[in-house]
Amino acid sequence: MRISVPREIFPGEMRVATTPDVASQLIKLGFDVAVESGAGIQANYSDEVYRDAGCSIADVDTIWKDADIILKVRGPEGEEVNRLRAGQTLISFLWPAQNPEMLKLLTDKGVNAMAMDSIPRISRAQKMDALSSMANIAGYRAIVEAAQHFGRFFTGQITAAGKVPPAKVLVIGAGVAGLSAIGAARAMGAIVRSFDTRPEVKEQIESMNAEFLMLDFDDEDGSGEGGYAKVMSEEFIKAEMALFADQAKEVDIIITTALIPGKPAPRLITAAMVESMRDGSVVVDLAAEQGGNCELTESGKVVNHHGVTLIGYTDLPSRMAAQSSQLYATNLRHLLTELTPEKDGQINIDMDDEVIRGATVCKDGQTTWPPPTPKLSAAPARKKVAAIPAQEAAVEKKKSNMGPLIATLLAAAALLGMGAVAPASFMAHFTVFVLACFIGYMVIWNVSPALHTPLMSVTNAISSIIIIGALVQISSDNELIMWIATGTVLLTSINIFGGFAVTRRMLEMFRR
Amino acid sequence: MINAGVLTVSYIIATILFILALGGLSNQETARRGNWYGIIGMTIALVATVLGVVTQHYALLLGALVIGAAIGLLAARKVQMTQMPELVAILHSLVGIAAVTVGFANFMGSSGHLEGVEKTIHDIETYLGVLIGAVTFSGSVIAFGKLSGRIGGKPLTLPARHWFNLALLLAAIWFGYEFVQQSAAGDGLVPLMIMTGIALLFGIHMVMAIGGADMPVVVSMLNSYSGWAAAATGFMLGNDLLIVTGALVGSSGAILSYIMCRAMNRKFLAVIAGGFGTGGGTATAASDEDQGEIVEIGAEETAGLLETAKEVMIIPGYGMAVAQAQHVVNEITKKLRDKGVNVRFGIHPVAGRMPGHMNVLLAEANVPYDIVYEMDEINADFPDVDVSVVIGANDIVNPSALTDPDGPIGGMPVLECWKGKTTIVLKRSMATGYAGVQNPLFFLDNTRMLFGDAKDTLEAVFKEL
Repeated sequence: MRISVPREIFPGEMRVATTPDVASQLIKLGFDVAVESGAGIQANYSDEVYRDAGCSIADVDTIWKDADIILKVRGPEGEEVNRLRAGQTLISFLWPAQNPEMLKLLTDKGVNAMAMDSIPRISRAQKMDALSSMANIAGYRAIVEAAQHFGRFFTGQITAAGKVPPAKVLVIGAGVAGLSAIGAARAMGAIVRSFDTRPEVKEQIESMNAEFLMLDFDDEDGSGEGGYAKVMSEEFIKAEMALFADQAKEVDIIITTALIPGKPAPRLITAAMVESMRDGSVVVDLAAEQGGNCELTESGKVVNHHGVTLIGYTDLPSRMAAQSSQLYATNLRHLLTELTPEKDGQINIDMDDEVIRGATVCKDGQTTWPPPTPKLSAAPARKKVAAIPAQEAAVEKKKSNMGPLIATLLAAAALLGMGAVAPASFMAHFTVFVLACFIGYMVIWNVSPALHTPLMSVTNAISSIIIIGALVQISSDNELIMWIATGTVLLTSINIFGGFAVTRRMLEMFRR
Repeated sequence: MINAGVLTVSYIIATILFILALGGLSNQETARRGNWYGIIGMTIALVATVLGVVTQHYALLLGALVIGAAIGLLAARKVQMTQMPELVAILHSLVGIAAVTVGFANFMGSSGHLEGVEKTIHDIETYLGVLIGAVTFSGSVIAFGKLSGRIGGKPLTLPARHWFNLALLLAAIWFGYEFVQQSAAGDGLVPLMIMTGIALLFGIHMVMAIGGADMPVVVSMLNSYSGWAAAATGFMLGNDLLIVTGALVGSSGAILSYIMCRAMNRKFLAVIAGGFGTGGGTATAASDEDQGEIVEIGAEETAGLLETAKEVMIIPGYGMAVAQAQHVVNEITKKLRDKGVNVRFGIHPVAGRMPGHMNVLLAEANVPYDIVYEMDEINADFPDVDVSVVIGANDIVNPSALTDPDGPIGGMPVLECWKGKTTIVLKRSMATGYAGVQNPLFFLDNTRMLFGDAKDTLEAVFKEL
């Protein structure tokens, strides 16, 4: 089948739905890949490199006309919708909840549409999760934008010209974007704090060397379905706002990433908080498109209020087009790999597959959105196992105290019994035997575990000292015994020479 | 030619040299010297015995020695380091068979110069020597078969195997009683032979019931048995050198078995009773859960990860031995170390098929031994490790050993590689390890799976470096 990748026509959109690397992998799956001329220019991929990767370059008309599968970043609009025809499969971001008319249009046209934003959040689908990929980039870029507008170092320094304090960054919402922002800010040397309503992310925040801001509140769990956050109670929000008001006075940069699926972004940073921030501080509002976490941000713009820069860009991933195109294209490739189990270039939209079912919003003239709720959440179920083994071990120890004592007593009794009847010559040998066992015990414990194999082969060679038994017998006048003894000497000498030689060979290899 | 006093002194010297030999193995610096002590001790003991005891048939003796030496040296030279466990097992069997033949020859040759209790004790010594020898022999042969792949690694579990073992034991005791009775009357060869048959059967059945990954315990246990067989023969012959040497070897093997069992958190008896990991009982209970998704990785990305890492930990397992990948592992190690990456090795005590197996393989490939660490030395360092590379190991890196105390491997100490930043697992397939438990490590977010033969994939990684 033919995959077409048109140029994005949305103003300012710089991403492209496939990269030359990914295209060559798609070709390996059995597809023909066509790229519209100039589609990758803004993301630094020229037509030339696409051609080198095995793609054909076509103009806009042929791209749409000949396509079986269309890969896009943004959903179709204007002219693009008209170009679509029945039987084609469109894969892109579609936001069916926000764009019901678009969904209806696509359904009526008989297009099969798959929304990258509707891929269910289950572990198996992580590699196709374009939202996470884009959020990751947005978080990183948020720090880059903040640094751009922040007039000072992130990292603290002590220089000949004086001491520079490190910047303090507050990241609100530790989802993918938040964590990515934390990572980027930490890497630049800032002091990072983070807040989230979901307590299970505390560990993730701390694992990135940021401080988790605890809310002094009876534990209310903010985890909703699919690992997203949910709306919190009124008291909780009050406590939360008090915390932010305190933090605003202290920190230099605030990154807000708080979103609740299907709801306008929660208002977390009030105008008063912004005014309480030091001059030169920066607020980056990643929720600007959904109304903003900060009262004063303007969607898509950078504004200055009371000396504080408020960044409300909504196209952060597009601002790193090369990177985001690469990750998005890879997400698409993983989805296409799922769609072509036979690797023969024929896609099969298998509605029994949970991931494919979730992503498909309309198929064969039927609207198939919203899908049934997924069975599994990406958020890990908490397990309680820690304290148990220790206790059990303690119990076990107590039980076994009597065992060795009884065994020792029995052994002592047996030895005494033997001593009572055995002749003196036997007891002499027995003494030697017991002492030798103890020497062995003492010596072997000191052997380095790395040398256990040589130890075994050398003890094996030594144990063929049993050859002495055969040597005693070989001089016998009894033919049979003589021959048996000869055979024994033969066998044990294999062991003596083989054992020592192989030990030597092994020990030669142990070099520093 | 030399008198009894000189002979005894020679034996004492040999004994001391043997102890020094074992002591010398305590670390790599003195190990080679230790081996020489062993060789010298053995030479002294042999020469003294030949001079002091042997009176005729020198030609036969010499012939047997030379042939045996030739075979032994050839085997030692030819053997691949990955085949060490097999070689050691088959060498153990030689000690076992020697104990049996010496016992028989001694019994047939001795003509009633002992009386009463002494006679009984002597008979019991003979009987025990032959018994242990026969078990060692047949057990070692089976172990050799299993280790070399001639016999399947799956444990053989007869329905009533514990009763079967018990019956064999009781039969051996009863024939022992018969033997002592008949021997007093100047006979007794028949019960001795029947017992030998029983002991051989017991040895076969015992090792057959033990699965592949418990082999380190089996090999060290057979090592121990061969020592006890020598000691029992020593009692029979009234020879202190044999008793001391046998006891040294016996306790050495016993300690090794104990160390191996502790490393698997299992009771010695449970290992010997066998039948572990057959998929019955609790073993599969955990594997039905949906574990989540694994993430595959290619050779190129692996190379990239390794190059950008600061701390790399390599965890080899039996899979490395099977694929003979130790040389390419060393190449990769060298290359990475040249680039300033701190590469270290973490060795689990029961990795491989015999104690210390991994160390020998790495040494063969010229990996410097001071970057090879034991589990206890290294486990605390994992949080600082950037990339752990698990090569053909499974159960020894299974986190459920710690999180699921009731599981089949619950409580077994494991290498905690998941505490590092990234773990790359080289594996041929998603098959479970020997214990039959699924490994949650493979499904962790920071684990990447690199499928394929360890040698081929590592060579591909090496090319990318």
